Amino acid sequence: MARYGLLIGFFILIGVFALVLDRMGSGEYNPRDIPTEFIGKAAPGINVPDLYDPSKVVKVSDMQGQVWLLNVWGTWCPECWREHKYLNELSLKGIPIVGLNWRDEAVEAKKMLDRMGNPFVSIGFDPHSSVAMDWGVYGAPETFVINAQGIVVAKHAGGITPTVWAEKFAKHFQPVQPSSAQNTMKSNGTL
Amino acid sequence: MRPFKILLSLVFLLSAFSVQAKIESKDFPNEQMEADYTSLVAELRCLVCQNQSLSDSNAELAVDMRTKVFKMLSEGKSKAEIADFMVVRYGDFVLYRPPVKSSTFLLWFGPLIFFVIAAFIVFSFIRRQSLEKPAIDEQEQKKAHSLLDDE
Repeated sequence: MARYGLLIGFFILIGVFALVLDRMGSGEYNPRDIPTEFIGKAAPGINVPDLYDPSKVVKVSDMQGQVWLLNVWGTWCPECWREHKYLNELSLKGIPIVGLNWRDEAVEAKKMLDRMGNPFVSIGFDPHSSVAMDWGVYGAPETFVINAQGIVVAKHAGGITPTVWAEKFAKHFQPVQPSSAQNTMKSNGTL
Repeated sequence: MRPFKILLSLVFLLSAFSVQAKIESKDFPNEQMEADYTSLVAELRCLVCQNQSLSDSNAELAVDMRTKVFKMLSEGKSKAEIADFMVVRYGDFVLYRPPVKSSTFLLWFGPLIFFVIAAFIVFSFIRRQSLEKPAIDEQEQKKAHSLLDDE
């Protein structure tokens, strides 16, 4: 009897192991996916020169009053090339996207945008990870959603796809409900 | 044999260089800062190659994070301040020794809990074994003794 117990225990362990492995494979419990510390907190600053106009500084405050995306990318990152077409689509739909060109060559970055199109309203140029570190970025692409009050409300590590958009981001871009619009006005009033 | 020895010593000499090339040289104004730097980059985790510390990793982000650590130490920031700076941005995950709190309880005490369970199982198993009667009865034992005495 004890021997059967041991065997059953063994199979239960195998089952648990397979389950966890399967979940990890489908994106849950992914040990490489580090949860961001910034959800619900004020967006960190950007404050680096614009890729196209180094005399201009890209700032979070420029985007206040609208829901927007911060997309971290680099020409060295294959997934960034893959998601670029979809970023163009989003931009055409009127989603404001600020780019952060991370650890890249300015010439190469501009070349890529010439070829693929430019979905960004402005692009911070961050060759030494100073902004990337402030935002807790550890890979590219990474995309943050920042609401009209400047609070980070969502983040996705990896390429943006229609599925990711529908599951994680779309809800933050819904037309503002009357009650929350009032709240917005109130908080703006107190500011 | 001689050329082989020379070749071998060359290989060892060059491999030493490749090891040194891993960490970019930094000029430390004093020994204390160098010690702080060395211990910090060993305790902070590289977010790209997650089983390596900042000091082990060649990832570009790790290089930038090391530079940041160096810069903050140069500005007179304490070790704790720098660790906090990283935790605010990357969470407890960035520390190789995360603080003890409810979310890390299992991480810290899991092994102890498993040890206690294992010790209990082993203990009860041994106890049961010793309570059970010996595998051979008295008669067989006598027989065994007589066989042994014959020799």
